[in-house]
Amino acid sequence: MGSLNSLEFSLLVGLFGAGAGFLGALTGLGGGVVITPVLTLLFGVDIRYAVGATLVSVIATSCGAASLHLKEGFSNIRIGMFLEIATTLGAIAGAFLATRIPTSSLGVILGVVLLYSAFLSTRPKLDKHDAVPAHPLAERLRLDSSFPTPHGWQPYRVQRVRTGFAVMFGAGTLSGLLGIGSGALKVLAMDHAMRIPFKVSTATSNFMIGVTAAASAGVYLNRGYIDPVLAMPVMLGVSAGSLLGARHLSGTETRILRMVFAAVVGVLAVEMIYHGLSGRI
Amino acid sequence: MQRNEEHLDLTIGVLLRTGVITAASVVFAGGVWYLVRSGMLAPNYRAFQGEPEGLRSVGGVLRGVAGLHPRSIIQLGLLLLVATPIARVGLTVVAFALRRDWIYLALTIAVFTVLVWSLSGLGYSPH
Repeated sequence: MGSLNSLEFSLLVGLFGAGAGFLGALTGLGGGVVITPVLTLLFGVDIRYAVGATLVSVIATSCGAASLHLKEGFSNIRIGMFLEIATTLGAIAGAFLATRIPTSSLGVILGVVLLYSAFLSTRPKLDKHDAVPAHPLAERLRLDSSFPTPHGWQPYRVQRVRTGFAVMFGAGTLSGLLGIGSGALKVLAMDHAMRIPFKVSTATSNFMIGVTAAASAGVYLNRGYIDPVLAMPVMLGVSAGSLLGARHLSGTETRILRMVFAAVVGVLAVEMIYHGLSGRI
Repeated sequence: MQRNEEHLDLTIGVLLRTGVITAASVVFAGGVWYLVRSGMLAPNYRAFQGEPEGLRSVGGVLRGVAGLHPRSIIQLGLLLLVATPIARVGLTVVAFALRRDWIYLALTIAVFTVLVWSLSGLGYSPH
């Protein structure tokens, strides 16, 4: 698509961004995951510019979603602040790594992460409330809390704090490396390893994504990855789309949409891996 | 526990919304201006050259805004967006200080320092 002028290009990218943001919010996968593949595969954008623009849009959607969740009382600010130590350091390490490894490898890694996120999104979500003893570190950091349910406030206890912290460093590294929010991996660390209820994990993950992305944004900016004219339609489109998506969150049709979007992400992921391996990224 | 933090939750929510709306408005204004002026140019993102120096640092962007360059204005909006979660961490620093919660005060100051250091571009080798 080399013949488009800036106006046409911006409008088209903005539309794709809005669609991605809408589906991303509706399915919980996040809009950022499909933007980089769409920009590189469809619009022929260099992956470094694509990653820079995506990272910025990730901050916008995360902050927007976090402000909604905070009103509902699901987010746990203490867990978020504690784990942000791991994600911000990981993000800076990842962003530095991104400037050193070949772009074709970036494409392959992004493809693999996308496949895994698509797989995770189709997994059933269970809110388990087993009675477990308090974890000493969680007690010291006062991570345990409660969240609202239809039957009142339900307390929960945070487990395996060190494992969660380590996985969060990995999530931060991937976020800085690929310009994504790594929401799926953050939720996995919290809900799977640390046994935090799924709704609390999702809300707290959204709360953390903006800070994680802001940490690597400095490195991207300094290396000249953030092009204002490219980032503008991506950021505006994705924000508008995810705002609309968040309003339609409750609905039975989301299950079908989730499968469809996971399939789209899967196809894009395979394309990214193929293009990366054949050296065309 | 969670309910004690309700006030902080709401304040943070307002801060995040205000930040995103302000940033998006600046990006939109700069974008419209840029497209009115240069919308007919063909963009080229196929080959990576990296942004010019003036769009790579906070100081450079501010100088560009003073010179009324539309691209710098969009970049200013994007910087405001990046600054929004950083301001959120700053707010929690204050909140934990007021509560004399020393562990969390130390944690939030550490995160805040890393974020400000990253955005300042200090400590990076030039290329």
